[in-house]
Amino acid sequence: MNKNQRVPSNRSLSAVEVKSKFGAEFRRFSLDRSKPGRFDEFYGLLQHVHRIPNVELLVGYADVHGDLLPINNDDNYHKAISTASPLLRLFLQRKEEADYTAFGTDSLTRKKNTVLSAVLLRPDTNRKKPPVIISLPKDFRPVSSIIDVDILPETHRRVRLYKHGQEKPLGFYIRDGSSVRVTPQGLEKVPGIFISRMVPGGLAESTGLLAVNDEVLEVNGIEVAGKSLDQVTDMMIANSHNLIITVKPANQRNNIVRSGGGGGGGAASGSSGRSSDSGASYYGVGAAASMPSHIIQNFPVGELESDEDDEDLVIEAGGEAEPITRAPSNYSMPSLPRYEPHLNLRTASTSASAYSINANGTLPASGSSGSLSYANATSTTPSPDRAMEKRSLEEDGTVITL
Amino acid sequence: MMKFRFRRQGTDPQREKIKQELFAFNKTVEHGFPHQPSALAFDPKLQLMAIGTKSGAIKVYGAPGVEFTGLHKDTTAVTQIHFLPGQGRLLSLLDDNTIHLWELVAGAPREVGGVKKEGVVSLQEVGNYSLPGRPGIESCSATRVTVLLLLRSCDLLCIGTEGGGVYFLQLPRLSLKDNHTLLQDQVTQSLPDDYRCGKSLGPVESLQEHPQQSGKILIGYSRGLVVLWDLSTRHADQLFLGKQQLESLVWERTGNLFVSSHNDGGYSVWPVTSGNTCSHQPVTSTIPYGPFPCKAISKILWRTTQTGSPVLLYSGGMPRASYGDRHCLTIQQDKDHVTLDFTSRVIDFFTVHSTEPEKEFDDPSALVVLLEEELVVIDLQTPGWPSLPTPYLAPLHSSAITCSCHISSVPPKLWERLVNAGKAQQGRQHTHRSWPICGGKNLAPPPKQQELLLTGHEDGTVRFWDASGVALTPLYKLSTANVFHTDCDPSEDPQDPSDDPDMQQEEEWPPFRKVGCFDPYSDDPRLGIQKISLCKYSNKLVVAGTAGQVIVLGLSDERSDHLVDVSVVDLLQDREGFTWKGHDRLEPRLKPAPFPPGFQPLVLVQCLPPASVTAVALHAEWNLIAFGTSHGFGLFDYHRRNAVLARCTLHPNDSLAMEGPLSRVKSLKKSLRQSFRRIRKSRVSGKKRTITTPTSKVQEANAALAEQEEVAPVQRRIEPRSADDSLSGVVRCLCFADTFLRDGTHHGPTLWAGTNSGSVYAYALEVPGVGTGRVCERGGASESSVCVEAVLGKEIQLMHRAPVVSICVLDGRGKPLPDPYEASQDLAITPDMTNAHSVLIASEEQLKVFSLPKVSAKTKFKLTAHEGCRVRKVALVVFSSTAQEDYSEHTLVCLTNLGDMHLFNIPGLRPQVRFRVCFYLISPSEYERFSLSAKVITEPLFSVQLDRPLEPTPAR
Repeated sequence: MNKNQRVPSNRSLSAVEVKSKFGAEFRRFSLDRSKPGRFDEFYGLLQHVHRIPNVELLVGYADVHGDLLPINNDDNYHKAISTASPLLRLFLQRKEEADYTAFGTDSLTRKKNTVLSAVLLRPDTNRKKPPVIISLPKDFRPVSSIIDVDILPETHRRVRLYKHGQEKPLGFYIRDGSSVRVTPQGLEKVPGIFISRMVPGGLAESTGLLAVNDEVLEVNGIEVAGKSLDQVTDMMIANSHNLIITVKPANQRNNIVRSGGGGGGGAASGSSGRSSDSGASYYGVGAAASMPSHIIQNFPVGELESDEDDEDLVIEAGGEAEPITRAPSNYSMPSLPRYEPHLNLRTASTSASAYSINANGTLPASGSSGSLSYANATSTTPSPDRAMEKRSLEEDGTVITL
Repeated sequence: MMKFRFRRQGTDPQREKIKQELFAFNKTVEHGFPHQPSALAFDPKLQLMAIGTKSGAIKVYGAPGVEFTGLHKDTTAVTQIHFLPGQGRLLSLLDDNTIHLWELVAGAPREVGGVKKEGVVSLQEVGNYSLPGRPGIESCSATRVTVLLLLRSCDLLCIGTEGGGVYFLQLPRLSLKDNHTLLQDQVTQSLPDDYRCGKSLGPVESLQEHPQQSGKILIGYSRGLVVLWDLSTRHADQLFLGKQQLESLVWERTGNLFVSSHNDGGYSVWPVTSGNTCSHQPVTSTIPYGPFPCKAISKILWRTTQTGSPVLLYSGGMPRASYGDRHCLTIQQDKDHVTLDFTSRVIDFFTVHSTEPEKEFDDPSALVVLLEEELVVIDLQTPGWPSLPTPYLAPLHSSAITCSCHISSVPPKLWERLVNAGKAQQGRQHTHRSWPICGGKNLAPPPKQQELLLTGHEDGTVRFWDASGVALTPLYKLSTANVFHTDCDPSEDPQDPSDDPDMQQEEEWPPFRKVGCFDPYSDDPRLGIQKISLCKYSNKLVVAGTAGQVIVLGLSDERSDHLVDVSVVDLLQDREGFTWKGHDRLEPRLKPAPFPPGFQPLVLVQCLPPASVTAVALHAEWNLIAFGTSHGFGLFDYHRRNAVLARCTLHPNDSLAMEGPLSRVKSLKKSLRQSFRRIRKSRVSGKKRTITTPTSKVQEANAALAEQEEVAPVQRRIEPRSADDSLSGVVRCLCFADTFLRDGTHHGPTLWAGTNSGSVYAYALEVPGVGTGRVCERGGASESSVCVEAVLGKEIQLMHRAPVVSICVLDGRGKPLPDPYEASQDLAITPDMTNAHSVLIASEEQLKVFSLPKVSAKTKFKLTAHEGCRVRKVALVVFSSTAQEDYSEHTLVCLTNLGDMHLFNIPGLRPQVRFRVCFYLISPSEYERFSLSAKVITEPLFSVQLDRPLEPTPAR
């Protein structure tokens, strides 16, 4: 991840310093960054240095953002080694006493009961597990969501893009334009800001929630009316870590239709977030249905103003990187609402990959999870019509980049 | 709409009242020389001078401190200005052919800072007139005004036009006297046939009233004909049949003769004798710079003197081939002949002379020349015609301004020494005769404190200006070029231009003399000054330039010849693989150089690579300077002459920053590559399109439309700042502070640096003999460490990665730490060192206060996220209340890229007031002065004695 390179440390050490914590005990040792070896060997090494040869362990590490992420296969082990800067901090737990709320369970269990199979395919087999784990939010970072559905007019859409910790570019352009408003004096043309272009493969495009010619109405709760293109650009960039844009979609057919009644409960929330789409979609209908759009209602206001987006990094003279506001151990997402699937969705092309896999994610290599691997496939082998679109966008040579 | 953010704080009436007593926005004066002047006028009775500009402004100046401005509604160039002498009225002619009448009006008395003040005299437009085009005539150029003549009686305005007609306008009502209009045919009738030859007389070039007989005017036509016209009898008294194309006319004081200047570079003297109706030949006709073809003499003045020969002044007339490109004005009297050689175009000129009718001679005392870039005044009474220093309208931009620095409450001792150093410099160049334009009376009280403005220029000079009052006056000029060995002749010291060139030129013809100080051409752009820092208590000055040079200077009253110590600091340290493709460093002078009294260089620190210095800080008490470039920053002990620290701020992957200033090579390469790609792509897709596009016309049209839409609008990419930006390593600000960095109990010297990519580096410094905390703790051990040491304490990476604009440490009470020496010399309240300190970091996007020593965010304000504007400049300012004598507040003042001023309290960072003022750089040669305080305002205050009551004339 390029995040790592931003850490202002010009050390280019070949050795990775490892600080491993098990219970109240610490062990320190180093690993060769260029030759980290395999996970099994590493696991054995850990058992050895902690002198707990027969204890089943759950290995976690603090990544550069201070998130606690698991190490349970070669991929995420290599990731952990390569991003250590330069200290790699490990947290070991006995498997039997493991606190699964800190992060997701290991991949072995997941292979048996994949997220979707748990919910969709074999609903009965896993009933005994008390909380139905739909997805493991700690392994995945949200990349986008539709929020405030209940308070917004149906013609508007408030989209939250989570850039934080993402490798993908935000990837859209805005332009000046004019829109027609209904006023007491009749129709009036007013200047507005519009999305002019999507960068192929960018975050904005991949969410499917924003489209070219959508009118931008608000940026993080501040109306853009009366502001210049440059001002709005600066506002978006300033909020780019946690960007919330309210748009009036150019294509109003994809709107969320509220099914009357504001009844509470899970069922109501499911039905109220129904998305009906009759527009063309890049993905097959069936595939799209497997990854529902994450429509979250009554998004807490406090969350929007959280400091999540600017945890400035302070490096003490020792060179140990620590985010200021949040220690990795207590990093949990209690403020985030639960993401509930909307099983009654007919199609949801708009969110074909609303959740992308975290770089540290523990996605099984076998790809038994059909929907996830499909999402991968679409991004790697674009369908012909998508390729067409890509080309036509590239032709546009008059783009002014800030 | 649907706001989900209800952050509005309840407005506390108490607080609102305090705010009103603290803050008020006032634009007060503009310092410097008006941009693009286009017209000049002088009122000999009121002794006021008016300058019109191409942007439609009229600026009136009198005695120093007396100045006011009028602004036309349209931003059209002012082409002519004429005073109604003694009345405090003036007429302006604009480029759009409209005539405007202005009046001096006393404004209503107002309350400033709790004190009732007399109304400020201002210039107001009271009427305008535009000459109607003649009906039926195809073009309106016939009625385009070429010249205006205001009769001495001030009740009639004669208007000469392109079509050759002369119109008469009654004043002050601005009504046309229809039946008096003099058209060309009337004049042509009385012409002899051989002169008439069927051609038009051309536009009216000049109108001049007879100096003795009122009601007679001289009308000069472009073709050369001059008519003495009697307004009362409406009859031509005399005709002067000139053959040469006319440029201008001027009467001799007695009215017995007049002088005409011509297109061929010559002038003619014509006698006026009653009875003789037709003169064919002038008395004399001369082409002063002949015999080769010369340029036109655009304006000529003829002034009689008591001592004998008249003084002849004219602009232009230079031999076309050899000196056609010079901007010259000639002064000639008897055998004395001087050609003033200016660096910019002559707009207009006038002489200050006696105008009372009872006096027999003009006896001009001064010549005032308005040039495109400066105002030059020549003393005509002192032999040799030396120039007079101007007390206002100083050409700030005489060499391009590269940076500036304002210093308030300058200690009297430093002030005195600067003034003396400046006087020694000026001594030989100027006379000290009093300023000739002395209208109005300056009523402004003497300034309570001395203020200094330092401007750094492209030619390596630093100019010191007195900014205490309304007029900005030059005090002292410091040149840093003599520290280096430059291409220009080493004997030619830029600080004292020797008289040698003048002596040599005495022999040459025309006898040129360089006048004025506007000199836009720099010998070596590397000499340019980028940053200035002055310690007003220790008189130490740090000046840093374009080629990575940092010079520490000290003030001395004695001339000195010495060698400047040179020290080289490599900011790249052990970074490899980088090559600097920019300019070379400046070569320091190897031999001792003479330094005149004033600031004299002590040490030269050369940064490597020699990139432009982007930040400096000076702590005279610790004898330390810090400096930063686009590659890193360094710390230098100028007392012990050793480098303490060099830190590279470049991003490891960033090789682009190394290629030189703004890396032109790279952008060219990149743009070439991009354009090739574009061509290739368009070819490929073009071919494809012909194959794939369906032939349906509708679809084709749609495609065309879509393409148009794609091309037309300006787009902005939304992408967070990345660390790979090629300018991310640029050090934007540096600051020294005595604070708590390592722990909460021991404070000591620290150095802070902020970069373009939102990184902040904090170093703890060990300065021998400074710091009560650590040094005492170690006791005698500190004696051994005689060198200053720097240890990295903290590195802060702002997540939003915006450039850090300013860093400031606040004490336990939340007040900014005082400047060096202020606390130790009891000039400021000693900072609170008992409670926890905090640091204010202002980036382009956010303002944030962090606690110290554990850096955790306390308060913040996300300006860009809220307002969409970015911080350009911040300053911490003390505001005093108008109501309570002893109440003051520290406030953070923020200038944004939209030209707004935002004020925040500290350390709470709550917005206080916002002034939407829209400061945009409209003029490259002026400073706009404004005040944000309700108490302290520097503004013009004066009175002007008029012939009429100073009241607005009732609306008609």
